[in-house]
Amino acid sequence: MSWGFAIWAATLALAAAVLSVTRASAVHALLLLLASLLALGAAFFAMSANFAGVIQLLIYAGAVVAVFVFVVMTVDASETAMAHERKLLRSAWRWPALFVGLSVIPILFGIGGGAMDAGAPAAADTRELGLLLFGDWGVATELVALMLIAGMIGVRHLGRSLGPRLRERGRE
Amino acid sequence: MSIALITLFSVILIMALLVAAGVFTWVERRGLGFLQERLGPNRVGPFGFLQWVADTVKLLTKEDEVPPGGDAITFRLAPALAAIPVLAGFGVVAFGPNLSLAALDMGVIFILAMLALTVYAMVLGAWASHNRYALLGGLRAAAQMLSYEAFFGLSLMGVVMLAGSLSLGQIVEAQSGVWFFILQPVGCALFLLAGIAAAHRLPFDLQESEQDLVAGFMTEYSGMSFALFFLGEYLAVILVSALAVTLFFGGWLGPVLPGPIWFGLKVGALALAFIWIRAILPRPRYDQLVGFAWKWGLPLALVNLLLTGALVVMIGGRPG
Repeated sequence: MSWGFAIWAATLALAAAVLSVTRASAVHALLLLLASLLALGAAFFAMSANFAGVIQLLIYAGAVVAVFVFVVMTVDASETAMAHERKLLRSAWRWPALFVGLSVIPILFGIGGGAMDAGAPAAADTRELGLLLFGDWGVATELVALMLIAGMIGVRHLGRSLGPRLRERGRE
Repeated sequence: MSIALITLFSVILIMALLVAAGVFTWVERRGLGFLQERLGPNRVGPFGFLQWVADTVKLLTKEDEVPPGGDAITFRLAPALAAIPVLAGFGVVAFGPNLSLAALDMGVIFILAMLALTVYAMVLGAWASHNRYALLGGLRAAAQMLSYEAFFGLSLMGVVMLAGSLSLGQIVEAQSGVWFFILQPVGCALFLLAGIAAAHRLPFDLQESEQDLVAGFMTEYSGMSFALFFLGEYLAVILVSALAVTLFFGGWLGPVLPGPIWFGLKVGALALAFIWIRAILPRPRYDQLVGFAWKWGLPLALVNLLLTGALVVMIGGRPG
């Protein structure tokens, strides 16, 4: 039953992902992206990958809201902009989309046709995963953490309060 | 548990939660009345107890329409997103020894994820309303959620370290000696602060603050859609209280009475504290709220985590 549910959820995720790149409205696309990430989380749960499922929900699905803020603040949602977007979707994006679609086939079916025969899912203990991440893969984990710190430093730089001289220059 | 039993338990749980949320609205209005020296609802039924039933009937029969220029599908979908994730979150709550719908080995993070998803209800509802006040409320909701989620999760990691588990049942069992709010006072305080923000309750309800934004993201909602937002909010209060009781106040542990009763009593007491806080504290300014989260909440949670980790290792450490 759980394999059936996993494939159903994964199909849903794929369908929502395809729909999310073919929508003209950015907000609808985001909504579908969210649906896709949620369905992917459900697929992980069905395959007993609880940690991946929970992280999928918390980090990925939870963080789309930040993208939403950017969309609302930066994307033009007027009727003319939408018409332009629809025109682009009909013509220019067709070939790149087809190309990406083709590249999905080996992921879906496996190069040797055996991607689905990975064997019964094994439930991994959170402790084991933690030991793996901070033991064997410690350096890699720390490097990823450093990348996040780079982002934080960037935010600190952008959000700094300007001194009087810089503020003057900003006004000009 | 068999599938039939799980389904039966789920249906009973959802029914109980819907009634609890309804009764909670009555308790809140009476409680606020008491704290503000007025009567509160007192006409329908004894002590106005049936007021919530009357309100539900009214909301079910009210007209519920999409504002002109609004996005109909998203507008209708958003209120459901307020209630469903919170209901799903209750699926992993441990109501008693071996008494939970799904004993997920990382129940704590699952509930955090479900609470984080409720922000979509506000943001999408606000956007679909085609209304400036609503949109401002929605953007506030997004910024508040991002700010508070960061230290919401970190504040409870001290408990996870002490218990050595992310499973709600095991965390409760680890408190058989001493409750974690004694060992983790800073973590507990930060958790409750962030919990108020996660449940979007006064004084942290900047996204709907009626004094400056009409009703914020809910401005255009009426009828049952409006009720679903409220349902989500009250259920979130109960869920945050249940999580706090599990993590810091010994869960179902207690003398004489059976476990689930103790759990219910503790959750009720904490939910009353939410009402009390609402009645006595003014709302901060929006930048103060977000500033506090990043400048105080997050660093304090990190220091707390560091000290707890050092102590846990010094006192004997958990076997690796």
